[in-house]
Amino acid sequence: MQENISFQKIDTNTDFEVRSLDAMCTNDSSLQHPWWYNLKYGVAGILFGIILIKAEVISWFRIQEMFHLQSFQMYGVIGSAVITGTLGIFLIKKLKIKTIHGEPIVFIQKKFNKGQIYGGLIFGLGWAMTGACPGPLYALIGSGITVIVVVLLSAILGTWVYGAIREKLPH
Amino acid sequence: MIQLLQQPWPWYVSGPLIGMMVPVLLVLGNKAFGISSSLRHICAACLPTKLPFFVYNWKAERWNLFFVGGVVAGGWIAASFLTNGQPIAINPTLLNSLNHYQIQENNSMVPTAIFSWQSLFTLRGFMMMVVGGFLVGFGTRYAGGCTSGHAINGLSNLQLPSLIATICFMIGGFIMANLILPFILQL
Repeated sequence: MQENISFQKIDTNTDFEVRSLDAMCTNDSSLQHPWWYNLKYGVAGILFGIILIKAEVISWFRIQEMFHLQSFQMYGVIGSAVITGTLGIFLIKKLKIKTIHGEPIVFIQKKFNKGQIYGGLIFGLGWAMTGACPGPLYALIGSGITVIVVVLLSAILGTWVYGAIREKLPH
Repeated sequence: MIQLLQQPWPWYVSGPLIGMMVPVLLVLGNKAFGISSSLRHICAACLPTKLPFFVYNWKAERWNLFFVGGVVAGGWIAASFLTNGQPIAINPTLLNSLNHYQIQENNSMVPTAIFSWQSLFTLRGFMMMVVGGFLVGFGTRYAGGCTSGHAINGLSNLQLPSLIATICFMIGGFIMANLILPFILQL
């Protein structure tokens, strides 16, 4: 009984954390859908993968150009993506747009912690080495560069090690 | 039409399309655009562990795994059917400086002198792929997001923590590319 309670406590805590730390909104759908409802996110992912390749942002060379200020491509892509995303979120809020299932879209404010500094710097170091953030890793594997699987597995290991030692890290 | 799609897409086309992912995922089902959390869900789903960080109902986040699965498929589609076969136009200054390290462009998204199965077992390849990948996975989770979750989704929602994270991504990247990478590439 005791164990059951403590397990539930952990469970709800981390579930909230997953959504508030990893995601901007914590009002994830309370509707229960069959698994194949998730296929629409697969389709969105396919489009995103195609865009990543055609934008060339998955190129190791493009990332080096960015960090040597030798090309505008990456800055243009990220900058115009942010402007478009901002406009999209503004319209959702302004017009009170709902999801296709009729649920309201609500945003939760992100809290600052020192992890955004330390973790951000660490990710930046890795980004300039691998020339890829997580999204491009998946797209590169799909494009046929199979050795990137090693990079992805190593990134999964890095995530696991973070989870193992996070209590000892400054946040 | 298909020929137009096979050209590289300029930033003012591809950037807004990437930005569109943010409202599209919200409207599809209240999902926040983000990729690196998939690494955590994979840990939670595949690695048996009692670590509290990985004990949560990952099945509720299954959409994210469908999304990254789609990214793999999209990468295959674009590389197979939407390419004009031309190498990427890279700044000649960069190519010149990379020549010092025996890195040439070889019509690939990545320099095969570093990112290949053969070089995985060299010190340089190991550093770039295994150590680099580890830093990506560790850093993104420590920061609570990556380029998509913080730089694009977070900034779009005007989140100050995401701005701080994005600035730190860039600082880390500039330090690595300009100050540390020259030594690693010499290995």
